Amino acid sequence: MSLFGINWFRYSSPQTFYPLAGKLAPIFLTMAVMLGLVGFYIALFIAPTDFQQGEAYRIIFVHVPAAWMSMFIYLVMAGWAAVGLALNARLSFMMAQALAPTGAMFTFLALVTGALWGKPMWGAWWVWDARLTSELILLFLYVGFMALQSAIEDTRRADRAGAVFALVGAINVPIIYFSVKWWNTLHQGASINMTKAPSMAAIMLWGMLLLALSFWAYSIGVALLRVRCVIAERERESAWLGAAAED
Amino acid sequence: MLEVDVLACQRGGRRLFENLSFTLHPGELLHIQGVNGSGKTSLLRILAGLSMQDAGEVRWEKHDIKASRDQYVTQLLYLGHHPAVKDDLSVYENLLISSRLAGLNPSEQEIRSALEATGLSSRIRLPARVLSQGQRRRLALSRLWLDSRCLWVLDEPFTALDVHATQLLEQRLESHLAEGGMVVLTTHQKPAVSEQYLRIVNIGL
Amino acid sequence: MNTLQIMRCLLWREIQLVLRRRSDLVSVLFFFVIAVSLFPLGVGAEPALLRAIAPGVLWVAALLSAMMSLGRLFAADHADGTLEQLLLIPVPLGLVVSVKVLAHWLVSGLPLALLAPILGLQFDLNAGELWVLTFSLLLGTPLLSLIGAIGAALTLGVRGAGVLLAVLVLPLYIPVLIFGAGAVVASATGMSPQAGLSLLGALLALGLVFAPFAAAAALRVSLE
Repeated sequence: MSLFGINWFRYSSPQTFYPLAGKLAPIFLTMAVMLGLVGFYIALFIAPTDFQQGEAYRIIFVHVPAAWMSMFIYLVMAGWAAVGLALNARLSFMMAQALAPTGAMFTFLALVTGALWGKPMWGAWWVWDARLTSELILLFLYVGFMALQSAIEDTRRADRAGAVFALVGAINVPIIYFSVKWWNTLHQGASINMTKAPSMAAIMLWGMLLLALSFWAYSIGVALLRVRCVIAERERESAWLGAAAED
Repeated sequence: MLEVDVLACQRGGRRLFENLSFTLHPGELLHIQGVNGSGKTSLLRILAGLSMQDAGEVRWEKHDIKASRDQYVTQLLYLGHHPAVKDDLSVYENLLISSRLAGLNPSEQEIRSALEATGLSSRIRLPARVLSQGQRRRLALSRLWLDSRCLWVLDEPFTALDVHATQLLEQRLESHLAEGGMVVLTTHQKPAVSEQYLRIVNIGL
Repeated sequence: MNTLQIMRCLLWREIQLVLRRRSDLVSVLFFFVIAVSLFPLGVGAEPALLRAIAPGVLWVAALLSAMMSLGRLFAADHADGTLEQLLLIPVPLGLVVSVKVLAHWLVSGLPLALLAPILGLQFDLNAGELWVLTFSLLLGTPLLSLIGAIGAALTLGVRGAGVLLAVLVLPLYIPVLIFGAGAVVASATGMSPQAGLSLLGALLALGLVFAPFAAAAALRVSLE
């Protein structure tokens, strides 16, 4: 399959992907830094102060993009899992493995920034609103994926088992989100809704978008670096085992 | 007819065998030889459709076994490392259940004669928990006296068998081959069946 | 023997195996009773408080008990080699899993659902709430077995399988818990439990279709 004169299938083997990833990663990380600088500048200096929430509200510039990324990365991870299972492609499984820690990090970041926003607003470090609770459950799904992969010794089985779990989780994510929203409306005590952000001035949306793009570029760069580590580790393992077998 | 085409297998990052090809015809017994850890069990599990190979194809009657799994499974009898015996069921129940799940419907008489052939008739109502290793292996092998399906894939079937039981098994293998059946097995000793049936494949890099 | 007869035979086998080791079954029920009793001991026995937390407590305890019984679903068969043989029978693996899950539910989930109203009396729930509690558990426990089967299949033979199973399966249990306990809470606060129960029913229908398939895929992965 040839697109723009490049045979993409050539890169579907870990050995050929390794150098490509090494070349692409710095590009994405540089993009991440540049977009991040502009985004943070807008967030900290240009966006107007909210008269209700003061300066503290600015943390949503990190909270919202982090939450978006946590969900997006999970979907991409599940996508790679599906491709891996369908095509039996090792590299797909490795990409899923490489994405998980970054996704978990963004989920954790969304939770922490949510708490930091909540404290000055509601006086509590944690509120059980629909989105924060769904983020928490998403974190459990990431942790489950990583725990499953690290518990299984055989890499092939670990890849495939993780992939099955990632897909099952992905199908459940909309169900979980819906059920948490339902739960929220049922137990009427928690009428706090963090999605009722201060009404967005256009400039604020730009800030969030830029930071989201920055996080996205960062995720790709970091995932590429991590997949190189995964590739190197697996090659080292098989070379070591091959040498041991010859003894 | 079982065809294996440039089969390759990798486990735990280590390549066990590659470029393995052979064809098995009715009336043939294939003895897979190789040192410990050379992939004999992995090969048998690939033939049984339990594991996936890394390259190559296994074909039954010209069809890839992955594609025609439903058909293949009705012609295949696989006995693995474990005797696959339920401790909490009696000897009789074990054989009854395992043959019924495989789709057979043996009569009580048929089950009794199978257990008699393997020398377990005195223990027929006992829970399988009280059997020795050799007796468990014989219970697992009793299926061979009940089942008339074509291809037998046996992983170390002679394990824990005494001299008498070994002879019984060899006789049963011989009669199966004479009827046009096929056998693939691994064992550390040479199976004493007529030379006309015997073929050997050595795997391992 | 056709497919239906083979499945009946498998169901018989599953139930026989449990009946011959009745202690497994009984200990799960005892766990349920003990876990439920811990809560009043922990939060104090004030009747209004207990009545308020009862739906959640009973549901969480039932959920944890169901989870504890999952180890029995595939592990024993895996250890003695019979699970491999189940992959080689002329019945689709998804159906095999469904039969095993059905047997598992009949001997663990169903008794939990029937025991719950008795424990509910300790929390002073009234008849209507007890009905909804039982019905929600009757709908929910099969789901817990179905989802649990996926986790049990993924963690077969893995070191630390018990805790890992909990980590995998509990997040997936959350919607079941929310709808089930929510139905009881609704009925306790005078609203209709219908919403929660129908959502639970819808989840069950979804689970019946997809979970055996996912668990079968997980089994094949674990047995490769």
